[in-house]
Amino acid sequence: MAHVHFSAGLRSGFTGGVAELVVEAATVGALIRALDERFPGIGEKLSSGTSVAIDGEIIPDAEFESLSATAEVHFLETIGGG
Amino acid sequence: MSRIQVSCTVNGDSVDFLCDADGSLLNALRDELGLTGIKEGCGTGDCGACSILMDDELNCACLIFAPEATGTTITTVEGLADGDHLTPLQECFLEGAALQCGICTPGFLVAATALLQHNPNPTETEIRYALAGNLCRCTGYDKIVRAVREAAAQMREASA
Amino acid sequence: MTIAEDPATTSPGYKWVGTRMIRPDGFEKVTGRARFGADIKLNGMLYGHVLRSPHAHATIVSIDTSEAEKMAGVRAVITGADFPDPSGPAGDQDLQRNVIAREKALYEGHTIAAVAAQTRAQAKAAAEAIKVVYEVLPHVMSVDEAMAPGAPLLHPKLMTKGVDPAPTEPSNVASRAVYQGGDLDLGFAESDVVVEGTFTTKPVHQGYIEPHAAVADTTPNGRTTLWCSSQGHFTMRSLSAKVLGWEPSKLKVIPAEIGGGFGGKTTIYLEPLAVRLSQKAGRPVKLVMSRDEVFRATGPASGTKIVGKLGFKNDGTMVAGELWMAYEAGAFAGSPAGAGSMTALAPYTVPNFLIEGFDVVVNKPKVAAYRAPGAPMSSFAVESLIDEAAKKLGIDPIDIRLKNAVTEGCTATYGPKFPRIGFVETLEAIKNHPNYQIPLGPNQGRGVASGFWFNAGLNSSATVHVNEDGNVIVVTGSPDIGGSRASMALMAAEEFGIDAARIQPVVGDTESVGYNDQTGGSRTTLATGAAVIEACRKVIADLRGRAAKQWDVALEKVEWVDGQAQHVEGTQPPLSLADLARGWNRTGGPLTASAALNARGVGSAFSTQVVDLEIDPDTGHVTVLRYLTAQDAGRAIHPSYVEGQLQGGVVQGIGWALNEEYIFDRNGKMENPGFLDYRIPVASDMPMIDTIVVEVPNPGHPYGVRGVGEVGIVPPLAAVANAVDDAVSRRIRDLPLSPVRILDAILNKDS
Repeated sequence: MAHVHFSAGLRSGFTGGVAELVVEAATVGALIRALDERFPGIGEKLSSGTSVAIDGEIIPDAEFESLSATAEVHFLETIGGG
Repeated sequence: MSRIQVSCTVNGDSVDFLCDADGSLLNALRDELGLTGIKEGCGTGDCGACSILMDDELNCACLIFAPEATGTTITTVEGLADGDHLTPLQECFLEGAALQCGICTPGFLVAATALLQHNPNPTETEIRYALAGNLCRCTGYDKIVRAVREAAAQMREASA
Repeated sequence: MTIAEDPATTSPGYKWVGTRMIRPDGFEKVTGRARFGADIKLNGMLYGHVLRSPHAHATIVSIDTSEAEKMAGVRAVITGADFPDPSGPAGDQDLQRNVIAREKALYEGHTIAAVAAQTRAQAKAAAEAIKVVYEVLPHVMSVDEAMAPGAPLLHPKLMTKGVDPAPTEPSNVASRAVYQGGDLDLGFAESDVVVEGTFTTKPVHQGYIEPHAAVADTTPNGRTTLWCSSQGHFTMRSLSAKVLGWEPSKLKVIPAEIGGGFGGKTTIYLEPLAVRLSQKAGRPVKLVMSRDEVFRATGPASGTKIVGKLGFKNDGTMVAGELWMAYEAGAFAGSPAGAGSMTALAPYTVPNFLIEGFDVVVNKPKVAAYRAPGAPMSSFAVESLIDEAAKKLGIDPIDIRLKNAVTEGCTATYGPKFPRIGFVETLEAIKNHPNYQIPLGPNQGRGVASGFWFNAGLNSSATVHVNEDGNVIVVTGSPDIGGSRASMALMAAEEFGIDAARIQPVVGDTESVGYNDQTGGSRTTLATGAAVIEACRKVIADLRGRAAKQWDVALEKVEWVDGQAQHVEGTQPPLSLADLARGWNRTGGPLTASAALNARGVGSAFSTQVVDLEIDPDTGHVTVLRYLTAQDAGRAIHPSYVEGQLQGGVVQGIGWALNEEYIFDRNGKMENPGFLDYRIPVASDMPMIDTIVVEVPNPGHPYGVRGVGEVGIVPPLAAVANAVDDAVSRRIRDLPLSPVRILDAILNKDS
C-alpha cells in the first residue's frame, strides 16, 4: 500500500489536480503501472528521468523496490551532480 | 623550418634536445625530455602550472622560446627531491594535505622553492603574493599557504 | 585557523577513520610522476587539432577537407559525416551533436572537424585549410532574447515540456519545472513583510587547471584503448560509445590522473574525436584542449535570471515564497533549472510556495555540471531575500534562518520528509563561533547564507585482495580527484583492523574492476566507500572461515579483531592476515572478494557560511577579510581532505560572486577565454578559510558519511552579496559584484 504524493508538475500534467492517492501496490513498478491505468501517460513520465522517494529516502532506480503497507511515496525529477 | 639543437642543464643533467625555433620551452621539456611533471594549464603565462627555475629565477616555461634555454640551468619539479629524500616543502604539502587533484602542485612547489630561496622567513602575506602567479582551483590556497609556512619554519630550524 | 570537530569526541573510537594519513598517491603527485591525460605518450602517436565554429549560430552549408588531407604530415581528417547520424533519446542526440556539429553550428567554438598529423603545427595548419561554408543565422545570448516572441530558434522542433496546455509552436524553452504547496496568495496576504527582486547571474566556468586531454589507440581488430582525464572512465566509455555507434565493450578506458573536474569532466568532448581519428589514421592520436578551447567549447554553468519574492511574519516566520527562474542551457536542453527549483527553498519550512524553473537554450556552449548544479543561483536569490527581510525585521540573519530551518521529519518543498539532517547544527556552529562576534570597521560588512544539496548514491564496484604478505589491495573505479584513495584506505584499514599503510588503494581501468559511476555528485566516499566496505567484509568472513578450517572449529568460534582471527575462547594463538595468506593453498585458494552496489542511504548536506569583507569606496574593490564555513559531513573519514573540499568550494563561490563571468561580444564570441581576463581567485585575494566540520552521522552509511564535495559552493554567492549590502547599504542583485558594479552602486546610491 503506497500513499502517493504528486508534485505540482504531475498534478497539472497528468492527474488533473489530484494531489494524493492511496494505491495498492507491492513494488514501485506495480505502483507506476497502477497509476498509468488511472492517469494514462503518467507511466512513461515516471519511468524515465524520475527518482522515487520512499519514506524520505531518494532512490533513482526504484522499479523493483518493495513498498511497505504504509510507504510514503514521492516522485522526483532525477537530478545530476557535479 | 629545420630544428634547432639546444644544450643546457636540466635537474642536474647535461642534456641536448631538438626544438622548433618558435617552440616553447614547456613543450620541449615535456615532449623532448619527457619531463611531464611540468604542466600546461593555459599556455599564456597566467596559471603558473609550468613554473620552472631557470638560472635560479622563477619563470613560466610556456613564455620562453625553447632555444633561449641554451646554456642555462633549469630545475623542474622532478629535480627538487634528492633521490628519495623529499624536500621540506614536498613533505609539508603531503602532511598538510596541500594538494587535492595535484595538477598545480609541481608549479607551486617550484614557485615556493624560489620564494624560500630568496626569503626564508616570509609572512603569510608575502607567501600569498609570491604564489599569486600560481592558480589552484581545488584548495582555495589555505592549506598550500600553511604548508609553505611550515616548511619555511622547518628549514630555518634545520639551518639554525 | 582551521577548526574541525575533534574526531575523538564525535566518532565511536575509530582507529583509522577520522585520522589524517598521508595520501597514498601523494608521493607521485609531489614529484611529478603522476600521469595526467596530456602526459601519456605512445609510439607513433599523432597530434590532433580541432576546427571550431567562429559563429554563434550558423547553418553548415558545406565542408571541404580535400586540401587539408593532402597537407604535410596529415594522416586523418574527420567531420560529422564520420559519425553515425544522431539517434536515440533526445539527450543522446544532443550529446552526439555537441561532440561534433552536423547540420548547424550552435555556439562559437562548436566542433566542426578535426585533424590528426605528425606534429601539432601540421595538424593546426591543416585544420585551418578546411573550407567551411556557413550561412550565418541570428543568435540569442540571454534568456530574455531567447524567450522573446519571434526569437530566432536554435532547434526547429523544440516544444516546451511541462506546460499545460502543451504548446503548438516550437520555442527556445525546452522545459518548465514547477513546485507548489499551500496557497500563495493567502501566504502573501498573511505576510507582514514582503521582499522581492530580480536577480541575474552570468555563466561561469569550473576553472579546473587541467585542460581536457585524451589519447586513443585503435588496433586493427577494432578494439580501442582510450586514456583520458575524467571524472569517470566508465561514463567516458558509455558516452563515447554512443557517439561512435559502438558497443561500449569495444573501448577500454584507462583513467589518467585528473587535474580538477568539479562536474565539468563528467561528459565527453575530445574522446570520440580522438578515437575516430585514430581509427582512420591507424595510429594513436592525442588531443589536448588549449585553455581558450576549454572556455569556448566545454560546459560552463548556466547564467540565470530569477525573479523572487518572499513573505514573512514580524517574528521572522517565512510564510510565502515565489520564484520565477530561467536558466541558460547553452546550445542544447539540459540546464539544472529543475535542481535549482528543488533546492531553492529546501532548507526552510515555508507553507505556501510556487517555484517555476525554465530550461532555455541560447547560442552559448552547452552547460555542464558545476558543483551542486543549479543550486548556487537559486540560493543566491533566496538567501539575498532572506537577508533583506532580516534587516527589515531587525532579526539576526542566523536567527531568522533558525526560525525556519528544516529538521528531521519536516516536509521538503520538493516533496518528501527529511531524514536525519544537520542544518541547524551548521547554523549554531556559525552563531557560536568567535568570528561572528568580531566587531567590524568602516566600509566593512558581514554576510550570512546557507545552502542545501542532495548528494548522490549511484553505482560503485570494488575488489579487495589480500597479498601473500598480508597486505591488502583495494581496487575501485573512482578517479581520485581530491584524496579518495586515502579515504578508501582508511575505511578498509578500519574494517580489517590493520595499519592503513598496509592498504594499497588502486583505481582500476574499465577492464579491471566492475562498473563505477562518476567521481562527482558528492558520492564517492559514500558509494564507492560502501562497496569497499562490503568487499572487505566478504574477505573477512572468508578469513574467519579459513581460520575455522585450520583450527577445525565452528565458524562461530572465530572472531576478527585488530587484524587477526581470534578464537573466542582464546584456545588458539591468533592468525594474522599474513598467516592466513600463507595458508591459502590449503584452505581454499587466494583471498579476494568483490562487491557491487547501487548505493542506498544517501545523506544530504547543508552548509552555513559567514563572510566579512571590506570595500574600497574609491574603487569598489572587495577584500575578503574572514571566511567561516560550517558544513555537515556526517563523518569525516579523512578530515584534511574534507576541510579541503569545504575550502575549495567556498573560494570558487567567492570567485563566482566577485569576479567571474563569460563576456560575449555582439557576434556571440567570448571575449575573455583565458585566465587573465576570466579572473579566478589567486592566493593573494584570499584569507585563510576557516572550517567547521559538523558531524551529524548519516544513518544510511556504515561510517555515517555524507557527501561533502558540492554543497560548499551554494552559499557564497549570497553570503558575499549580503556582506556587500551590510558594508555599503546597497543591495546588488546582479553577479558578479565586480568593482565597477559596486562603485556604480555606491556612487548612485539614490537612483
